[in-house]
Amino acid sequence: MANEVTAPADTFPRLLVRNARQFADRPAIRHKDLGIWQTLTWAQVFEDVRAYAVGLNRLGVKRGDTIAIVGANRPKLYMSVMAAQVLGAVPVPVYADAVADELAHVLVHAEVRFAAVEDQEQVDKILSVAERLPKLEQMFYDEKKGLRDYDHGKLHPIDELIAQGRAVLAQDASVSKWLDGEIAAGKGLDTSIILYTSGTTGPSKGVVLTAKGCIDAATDTVAFDHLDSHDEALAYLPLAWVGDHYLNYAQGLAAGFCMACPENAETAMQDLKEIGPTFYFAPPRVFEQMLTRVMIRMGDAGFPKRQLFHYFIGVARRYGETILNHQPTPLVGRLLYAVGKVLIYGPLMNVLGLSRVRVAYTAGEAIGPDLFAFYRSLGMNLKQLYGQTEAFLYVTAQPDGQIYADTVGPAAPNVDIRIAESGEVQFKSPGMFVGYFKDEAKTKEAMTADGYVKTGDAGFFDDKTGHLKIIDRAKDVGRLNDGTLFPPKYIENKLKFYPNIREAVAYGDKRDFVTVLINIDLTAVGSWAERKNVVYGSYQELAGHALVYDMIARHVEEMNRALSEDKVTAGAQIKRFLILHKELDADDGELTRTQKVRRGFVAERYAPLVKALYDGSREADISTEVTFEDGRKGIMSARVEIRDVKTVPVATALEKVA
Amino acid sequence: MRAPAGSTVAAGEVLLSVENVSLSFGGVKAIQDVSFDIRKSEVRAIIGPNGAGKTSMLNVVNGFYQPQHGRITFKGTTRTNMRPYDAAHGGIARTFQNVALFRGMSALDNIMAGRTLKMHRNFFWQILRIGPALAEEDEHRHRVEEIIDFLEIQAIRKVPVGRLPYGLQKRVELGRALAMEPDLLLLDEPMAGMNLEEKEDMSRFIVDVNEQYGTTIALIEHDMGVVMDLSDRVVVLDHGAKIADATPDDVKRDQNVIDAYLGVAH
Repeated sequence: MANEVTAPADTFPRLLVRNARQFADRPAIRHKDLGIWQTLTWAQVFEDVRAYAVGLNRLGVKRGDTIAIVGANRPKLYMSVMAAQVLGAVPVPVYADAVADELAHVLVHAEVRFAAVEDQEQVDKILSVAERLPKLEQMFYDEKKGLRDYDHGKLHPIDELIAQGRAVLAQDASVSKWLDGEIAAGKGLDTSIILYTSGTTGPSKGVVLTAKGCIDAATDTVAFDHLDSHDEALAYLPLAWVGDHYLNYAQGLAAGFCMACPENAETAMQDLKEIGPTFYFAPPRVFEQMLTRVMIRMGDAGFPKRQLFHYFIGVARRYGETILNHQPTPLVGRLLYAVGKVLIYGPLMNVLGLSRVRVAYTAGEAIGPDLFAFYRSLGMNLKQLYGQTEAFLYVTAQPDGQIYADTVGPAAPNVDIRIAESGEVQFKSPGMFVGYFKDEAKTKEAMTADGYVKTGDAGFFDDKTGHLKIIDRAKDVGRLNDGTLFPPKYIENKLKFYPNIREAVAYGDKRDFVTVLINIDLTAVGSWAERKNVVYGSYQELAGHALVYDMIARHVEEMNRALSEDKVTAGAQIKRFLILHKELDADDGELTRTQKVRRGFVAERYAPLVKALYDGSREADISTEVTFEDGRKGIMSARVEIRDVKTVPVATALEKVA
Repeated sequence: MRAPAGSTVAAGEVLLSVENVSLSFGGVKAIQDVSFDIRKSEVRAIIGPNGAGKTSMLNVVNGFYQPQHGRITFKGTTRTNMRPYDAAHGGIARTFQNVALFRGMSALDNIMAGRTLKMHRNFFWQILRIGPALAEEDEHRHRVEEIIDFLEIQAIRKVPVGRLPYGLQKRVELGRALAMEPDLLLLDEPMAGMNLEEKEDMSRFIVDVNEQYGTTIALIEHDMGVVMDLSDRVVVLDHGAKIADATPDDVKRDQNVIDAYLGVAH
C-alpha cells in the first residue's frame, strides 16, 4: 500500500515504476473497446508508457517541453500524461469541449510544442487555429477515424509511436538504460503538470503544480479514505479538471487502484453500472440528475411498486443515516431497514451502479440537504469536500462518521486553514501550487505575504461541529439597498434543489429587492408536461407556458417562506422572477466549462430582462446571439413574461445585519 | 469492416451501369430511357425535383422494380430480371426514405440483422447457439461492434430503436446497411428531416464510409448543399428523364438544371 513505500517515489514516473513492481498483475486502467471491457495491468501500462516515451523522444520531446493533452478520458491520453512526465516534459490538459479559440488561448500561453489529442475533431480544431500556434510542432492522436487522408508530416498515431518505441527498446539495451536514467533524473520539485483553471473569474490561468506536492497530497487522502490497490474509480470527469487529475490519476498512482475509462461521454452512466466503482466522485448536479431520473421512472411504475418504493424510502429517511453513522437506532427501524435493503435500496443502488461504492465525494456546489440525505440514507458513504485547483484539490474533507449536509468538513490532513478578517478562507496545503504559469502578478494577488493561498470564498468554522462552512464567493456576498444581507448563491442553490429548476441566477446587490432568472429542467418539466397534457414544441415554448410559470411561482413562494424563517435571510425574499427562453450554455459563455453560472456576464447579456425585473413591467423582449456546437452563430429572440411573487411579511421586525 | 468480398472491379472503373432504362406504371412514365454509370469508390448523387423518378431509379437498381426496357450491368454481369434478394447477395445495400427498422428491437439487434446474409450456419444451428454457430455469432458481433464504434452510437446499443430520435434511427439504419459490407450502398434521402447538426454528422459518416472502406455510394438527396459537398458526380433527373450528368460544379451552372429546379416560363 501507498504509505508502506520506502523508496522516494516523489514523481509520478517513479510511482509508476513502484506500482509496476508491487502491483504488476493488478488492473491499472480499464477501457471498453468494441463493447468489451479490456484491462491493462500496471506492468502493461508501464511497458506501454516506456515505449511511448521513447517514441515521443524520437520526435524531439525533451525535459521541460510542454505537451497539450486534448480529449476525453482515453487510456492513451492518460498514458500521454505519464509518458510526458517520464521524459520530464510538462503535460497541459485542455478541456475536450473547449471551442477553438479557448483552446488556442491555452496552447499559446503554455507554449506547447506538442499535442496529444483524442481524435479528428480535436485535430481539426487545432488545425483551424494553426496560424496562432507557430510553436506547435507535432500532434499525436488516439483515434484514427477520418484522419487517413490528412498530411502525416506533423501527425502521428499514438499506437505507432508506442510500436516504434517498443522496437527501439527491444533492439538497443542502451535506450532502456537511458530511459531509466530519465526517470531517475526527475525531481520532486520539478513542475509535474500545469492545470488551467476553468475561468469563472476571467481568462483561465495555468496553475503550476510540483510532483512532490501532488503526490504528498494524494498520499494523505489515500490514507484518509483507506484506498488501496483493490479499489476502482470511473474516470469520467473532464481530463483537464483538477478533480480528475487528483482523484483518478494522482490517487490511482498513489494507491495503485484501477481507473476505468468510459466508452464515451454519453455512455458514462451505463459504464458506471457495469464497472461498479468503489470510489466515486460526482458534482451535486450529477447526483441530482440521477435522483430525478429515478423519480421519473418511479412515477411511471405500477401502483404496488410505487407504494413499496415510497414506503421504504420513508423508512430509509427515518433510520438510514443513523445506521450509517453507527448511532443508536430502534430495533424496529433496523429490521425495516434490512427488509428495505433487500427489496429497494440494494437493487436501486445496483441499477445506479453505486452498490460497491465505499467512499463517495461531492463538491463544487452546495448540495441540497434532501438530496444529500437521500443517498446517505440508502447506505452510500457520501461525503463533502472543499477544494480548488490552487490547492491541488483538497482543502477540507469530511471524515467518515462526521457528515453534515451544510458543512464541508475540517481541514484535510496536513492542511492549515485560517479565516481572514474579511471572512475569506485562506490555506496552506501540501499540494498547493507554485504559482500561475507566466503570471507573477496574479500569483502575488492570490497569496498572502506569509504564504497562505486566498481562496476568494467567504466562510466560517461552525461552532457546533468544528467544520468549515462556505457561504459564497467572498466578492459575491452583497447587500440590498436597505442593508439586508444578500447571498446570491445561497438563494440560487436553494432554488435549484427543486427538480424542476435547473439553474437560477439571483440579483439584488445594491438594488431594492431580490429577483431571479430561472432555467427550467427539461427532463423534469417535460415529464410533468406529458402527465398534464401540456403540448409544447421547443424548450422556449415550454419555458414560456403559463402553467409552467404557475408551478415555478409556487416553488418560489415556498422558498420565500423558508427564507422568512431565518432572520438573516428574511429580507432577501424573492419579489419577481422570470423564466429564461433558452438554457444557459457554456458555448455562449454563460456558464463556465465546469457548468457554473457567470452571474455578471449573464446580467450584461440579458440586461433588458434584468432591467424589466426592476421597472415593474409585465413582460420584456430580448434577442441574443447564440453559438451552435459547430461554432456558427445565430440570433434568438423572445418575449419573456415576468411574474410577481408573494413574499412573507416579516412582522418580527426585519433583522438587518449591519 | 473488411474490404467488400468477391469484388473484382478496380477503383475508378464502372461498378454499375444503367443503360436506356424505362419504367412505367400503367400510363405513368416514371423513368424514360435513362443511362448512367456508377464508378467504383465514388460518391454518386441522384438529384431532381419532387416526382423526378429518383426513388424509382434506386428501386430499379436494387431489383425492387423491374424496368420494362433497358439493361443493368453490375460488376460485369448484365441482368434483366433481378429480385431484391439477389441484389443483397450481390453486394447492394440500401437505406430508406422513411426509416424501415425493426422498431421493437435494439439498435444492436437491428444492425446484427444486417449480418444475416453473412451467416453460414443455418437457422437451427443459430437457435441452438452452440459450437460453430456461437463462434460465428461472436465474429459477427465483433463486426457489428466496429460499426457501432464507427457511427458513435455506443450509448444506444441496447435501446429499442422506436424510442430513438429520428436522426439516430437514420444512423442505425446506415449501420444495418454497412453491416452487409456492401459493394454498393444506396442511400435514399439520408438527411431528410434532420436538423443542421444531424446533417453534418451524417455527411461526415458518409464521407468516412467512402474514404475509409472505399464503399461506393449512390445517394438521393434534396439538400443541394449536401449533395454538392459530398458527391463526385451528379445525375439530374426531371420528369423521369436525365437532364444532366456531370460534376457538382458543372451541374450547378447547367441551365437545364436551374430551369428544372426554379421553374421556367413556357
